[in-house]
Amino acid sequence: MPRPGYVHDVDKSTPPTLFWRGEGYSLEKLPVGRSRIIYPGEPEDALKDIDGAIVNALLNPIDQDPLPAQLFAGMKLTIAFDDISLPLPKMQRPDIRQRVIEAVLDLAAAAGVDDVVLIAALALHRRMTEDELRHAVGDRVYDAFAPRGLLQQHDAEDPTKLAFIGETPNGEEVEINKRAAESDLLVYVNINLVAMDGGWKSTATGLSSYRSLRHHHNPTTMQASHSFMDQHASELHKSNWRMGKVMKDSGPKVFQIETTLNTNTFPKAFDFLSKREWEWTGRDRAAFLASSNALKRTPSRVARSIFHSIEAPHQMTSIQAGDVEAVHKITTENVYRQQMVQVEGQTDILTMGIPYICPYNVNSIMNPILVMCMGLGYFFNMYRGKPLVRKGGVVIMTHPTPWEFNPVHHPSYIDFFEQCLADTTDPHELHKKYEKQFAEDEWYKHLYRTSYAYHGVHPFYMWYWGSHGLQHVGKVIIVGGEARSVRRLGFTPASTMNDAFEIASDVVGRDATVTHFHSPPLMMADVH
Amino acid sequence: MKALLFERKPARYAASAIAAAVRPGRGGAHGPLSLSDIDPHELPGPDWVRIRPRLAGICGSDLATTEGHSSRYFEDIVSFPFVPGHEVVADLESGSRVVLEPVLGCVARNITPVCASCARGDLGGCERLAFGDLGAGLQSGFCCDTGGGWSTFMVAHPSQLHAVPDDMSDEAAVMVEPTACAIHGALAHVPTEGDIVVVLGAGTLGLLTLAALKAFAPDITTIVGARYLEQRSWAAKLGATHVCAPDEVGRLVRRMSGSLAYGNQLTGGADIVIDCVGSEASITEALRIVKPKGRITLVGMPNNVSLNLTNLWHRETHLVGAYAYGTESMPDGTTRRTFDVAMELVRSADLGRLVSATYPLREYRDALEHAANSGRRGAVKVAFDLRNEKERNR
Repeated sequence: MPRPGYVHDVDKSTPPTLFWRGEGYSLEKLPVGRSRIIYPGEPEDALKDIDGAIVNALLNPIDQDPLPAQLFAGMKLTIAFDDISLPLPKMQRPDIRQRVIEAVLDLAAAAGVDDVVLIAALALHRRMTEDELRHAVGDRVYDAFAPRGLLQQHDAEDPTKLAFIGETPNGEEVEINKRAAESDLLVYVNINLVAMDGGWKSTATGLSSYRSLRHHHNPTTMQASHSFMDQHASELHKSNWRMGKVMKDSGPKVFQIETTLNTNTFPKAFDFLSKREWEWTGRDRAAFLASSNALKRTPSRVARSIFHSIEAPHQMTSIQAGDVEAVHKITTENVYRQQMVQVEGQTDILTMGIPYICPYNVNSIMNPILVMCMGLGYFFNMYRGKPLVRKGGVVIMTHPTPWEFNPVHHPSYIDFFEQCLADTTDPHELHKKYEKQFAEDEWYKHLYRTSYAYHGVHPFYMWYWGSHGLQHVGKVIIVGGEARSVRRLGFTPASTMNDAFEIASDVVGRDATVTHFHSPPLMMADVH
Repeated sequence: MKALLFERKPARYAASAIAAAVRPGRGGAHGPLSLSDIDPHELPGPDWVRIRPRLAGICGSDLATTEGHSSRYFEDIVSFPFVPGHEVVADLESGSRVVLEPVLGCVARNITPVCASCARGDLGGCERLAFGDLGAGLQSGFCCDTGGGWSTFMVAHPSQLHAVPDDMSDEAAVMVEPTACAIHGALAHVPTEGDIVVVLGAGTLGLLTLAALKAFAPDITTIVGARYLEQRSWAAKLGATHVCAPDEVGRLVRRMSGSLAYGNQLTGGADIVIDCVGSEASITEALRIVKPKGRITLVGMPNNVSLNLTNLWHRETHLVGAYAYGTESMPDGTTRRTFDVAMELVRSADLGRLVSATYPLREYRDALEHAANSGRRGAVKVAFDLRNEKERNR
């Protein structure tokens, strides 16, 4: 039976605690008597018969007919699936998408369906490479579909491949992938790594265009989402759900398949990352010392490639299929059950180690904008109820934050960082002054469509993602960050954790309470 | 009289190049420049006059000379020994102040009839710079017969002198000559409304070029590539639409012009690029970011550079130089002397504030080092201050 999450009050006997620092990590001492560490629960056990559970979900869906009953010869079937941003890190083969898609295809074949197209639901993310697609859907599916053009990647900038479905009562336009829109059945294969994923967000975001996305990916909506991980308090989700209603009324029939994974995030050699430090064995300590010392001497490029080659051992803990909303309700409960940790009260200072990876830099560089997004967009938002840090408090992150970008994956990020953030860090100002230019830039569109670039507007979305956090906290400090890039973000650089606490004391006083968000693995704080 | 004298001493010239390569600004201390007591220059003709410099600026071309990396192109249009200094505000013997227009054209050389360029008022294009009554010298400050501003006395032809209004400070007046250069570069091809004009480099010439663009083409987008923080701050104060680091210019131009790219080469680009650096890197960058059939104006003085001109050929780029001044075709269709326009611009844009530091002649090594590192040290124009030299006031 896995142990649930736990809040540890730091005392004299508490060993230094682990912080991610990009492609590395460190142990930091937190102030005794006023600090606490939130440890995630241990990974849930995976389902014993994963393939059996998949078939069972397809045959016994929630609030819909069994999938075989919805399949018929001559129909147009589209299977959309989550892209490379999930799961993190990529999972060991076979990827759960492959297993689900193969099961759906078996049923489709049995029903005589021969018009089947697979679509990677990229939204405005970069296209996936052949290797990445093969990893997600498996070689068998790839070889059967890709050569015939039946394994596609959603192109949000090809007007001939988009269909306008309608408008919500709030005037939000719903435009999605045309093939999906014109299908007799759209099967969506999702991976729910965090509570934010899934539901109508899968189709209304993953298969949509800038025309649709701009209605909820904006600073006003993002700042009113408290948090992204709590659907009922998230304006982002409410907008997606309104769009879902339009889809339900006027769009294709959607058969939603949602999966949850356990938080078994890193292979055995990295066990120490997820353990409580006082439970480290001699082997854990040796692994930490050996790897952290080796990483210090390793060029960041090499370290990056080592980390991005890691495949996670996480496995499926649940699968539910059928009606989007009914399915998502159960999925969210399953995510919460594994990840939620009960926490009493807010803190003055929230500390967090920022890892080498986030959803938008798989096989790429964690650039400064993504560091901001990971800290203030993701970790800050891993709460239900109240943010872990009080209004006006301080967030301390650890990350090297180099002024470094992948020019193939993130070309518009470079311009955003150099040109826009040099002007202002205010999300509303950025939205007003620059978003349209970037969103409509022909060069960015070209790179998004033909190369492996995130859409021109994507860095804005990353900045908006952190805008609630930005608005909420009084100061953000990055320990170990490259000073000029940290300053460009509008944050304060600090050399050591002690320096950071000293700097933070100007904002929250000398006896400020400290809470460390200990990750990996992922967790959520239910803050009372 | 006291003067900084530059003599023809090849070994010391080579030493200055080595010293400057090790530490920018040290060429002056090891080269053929020395503080000397020399006889005042004879008046080259009956109408010439003696002037007593008050302030004399240190220009990029002066530094190229003292740092030992001046182009050999100039060898036949300078004469040794010479006293450098061509950005000069000075007193006449009557006590009134003048600014020197240093180009030694046909009139100053007593050549009649004047060459075609001088006849057009294109003084900078004079075709007789090594002829006539004077030794070779493209300007005062590079001619053995006239002296230069880095001294307590020099001689000048009345055609070179422009009266300084009483209410104009010496600091403002010493900026008139470089401002005239900048105006000439900015007006070499007058941008039209909506054009994107890039200024590469934000030293004195870059900033003055920006000021000229703002004055004569206010409805354009100006992008300034500036290496140092203080330069960026000045560029913003002088009204640049966008200011960025040099390595960010290309991306900014691409975005502002809605251009695509082939590798590093923009498909479109800026309408005009004014290169105020003149290095291999800056000209290469200009060729990369200017639009097809666009124009690159070289205001910064280049030396030997190695360039791939395939894109210039393919995109039919106009690459032109802009040296000195003379007369300008103004955007309103009139023709005016550049110095008159410069005098007005210095006043209206308050360009005297760009004088960052002044030095007495005896501290010339420090002055040259400061000027050679002006960007890094947060300075723009460094000048010699002759007003308190004892000899001058005897």
